[in-house]
Amino acid sequence: MRIVKHPILEFPKKNVIFFMFEGKEVSGYDGDTIASALHALDIKILSYSIKKHRPRGFYCAIGNCASCKMIVNDVPNVKTCITPLRSGMIVERQENKGVIK
Amino acid sequence: MIYKDLIIIGGGPSGLSAAKMALEAGISVLIIERSAHLGGQLIKQTHKFFGSKEQYAKTRGYDIAQKLLSDLDAFDDLVIKKEATVVGLYSDNVVTVLYNDKYERYQAKAIIVATGASEKSLAFENNDLPGIYGAGAIQTLMNLYGVLPGSETVMVGSGNIGLIVSYQLIQAGIKVKAIIEASSKIGGYKVHASKIARLGVPILTSTTIKRAIGETELEAIEIISLDEHWKEIEGSSRLMDVDTLCVSVGLTPMHQLLSMIGAQMKYVQELGGFVPIINDHHQTSIESVFVCGDAVGIEEASSAMMEGYLTGLYISDYLNQQHPNFEQETTKYEKQLSMLRDGPFGSKTKVGLQKLKEGNAHVES
Repeated sequence: MRIVKHPILEFPKKNVIFFMFEGKEVSGYDGDTIASALHALDIKILSYSIKKHRPRGFYCAIGNCASCKMIVNDVPNVKTCITPLRSGMIVERQENKGVIK
Repeated sequence: MIYKDLIIIGGGPSGLSAAKMALEAGISVLIIERSAHLGGQLIKQTHKFFGSKEQYAKTRGYDIAQKLLSDLDAFDDLVIKKEATVVGLYSDNVVTVLYNDKYERYQAKAIIVATGASEKSLAFENNDLPGIYGAGAIQTLMNLYGVLPGSETVMVGSGNIGLIVSYQLIQAGIKVKAIIEASSKIGGYKVHASKIARLGVPILTSTTIKRAIGETELEAIEIISLDEHWKEIEGSSRLMDVDTLCVSVGLTPMHQLLSMIGAQMKYVQELGGFVPIINDHHQTSIESVFVCGDAVGIEEASSAMMEGYLTGLYISDYLNQQHPNFEQETTKYEKQLSMLRDGPFGSKTKVGLQKLKEGNAHVES
């Protein structure tokens, strides 16, 4: 969900960016990170834990905790909370340690 | 390999402040910042700061960040690398950086580690469910990106961050059902707590979270009351439906690079965890490596800036390129910093710094 009205901050309309999430085309805004764009679409599960397959979202939003890591353009372990969203990105949930292709 | 006089790791309030003083002294500076934004955590802080004019009182955090950045506009001897992560720090002052999927190497005469802090977590059942965030993470999400994490939340922890972020959650349109605090007292400033209380948010002391409930995302939490021995009071358990939980249980210094390079470290609870042992000039046990800001003890952004200015000044002296107004500026900022620490919440830092000093060979020499 996006903030529409705020007493202090202004969030002017920005350019729409299209990207792929789990094989579907979705969109965010210029200035988003991958994680903020997904959150705005109410997608909170970013990965699954390696052993017990537990759903994971982000925790810190500044690139510390690595709980936000996903596969982006075939590259695993991308910290999506600090990675700016770019047009045409292919974003997938990660379920393992990451495989280098 | 690229050479600079000074490399500053971290473009937050202390790193930017240090850069200003060093640049004024004619020292060439490279700032390396992991995120796409400079200003550290200031850029998401919509509240106005306390303190004096020099400490940017009555100015909102993100405006302070702008001010610190515009202070650097005048200098040509500055290179800023954003979206660049330092992955290694070595004793010959080599800094290795991951930038655009490439591995780069830089070397300098001196290094400032201004890496800041990370949010602590809390151990409880299901604490990894999506929907549970650090309070700072929520602040980033809503104030920087304009995105709401959910509609109803509880804040764990009543320190200043917990109180301020609760207020900002309400401003952004989220219902804060309660602030819970394990201790019997509210942790943060009364002025912040009163503001929240006036908005009808209960601050429940001697209360903590026992577990989070939810299949794939957070749906509810179980909270309990604690007795004076921090034990659960039987029959005090109750459930609260929330889709978001904010955890604000303190910060811990980002010491990893300093540990990596072999700087002498010490665990000081009052400073938030492992911190490098420093002398009065913010110099670590490794002569050419300096540190300032939250990386050497959790304080407020105001203190981080004062420490930054001072560390930039000390570096100018260390590099034999003393700042033109060295004495004057050093005295000014040392006084400012000590005034900040004389406040009611500065005593913890002072105890911590004293502990850090005790028995350190290189400090006494």
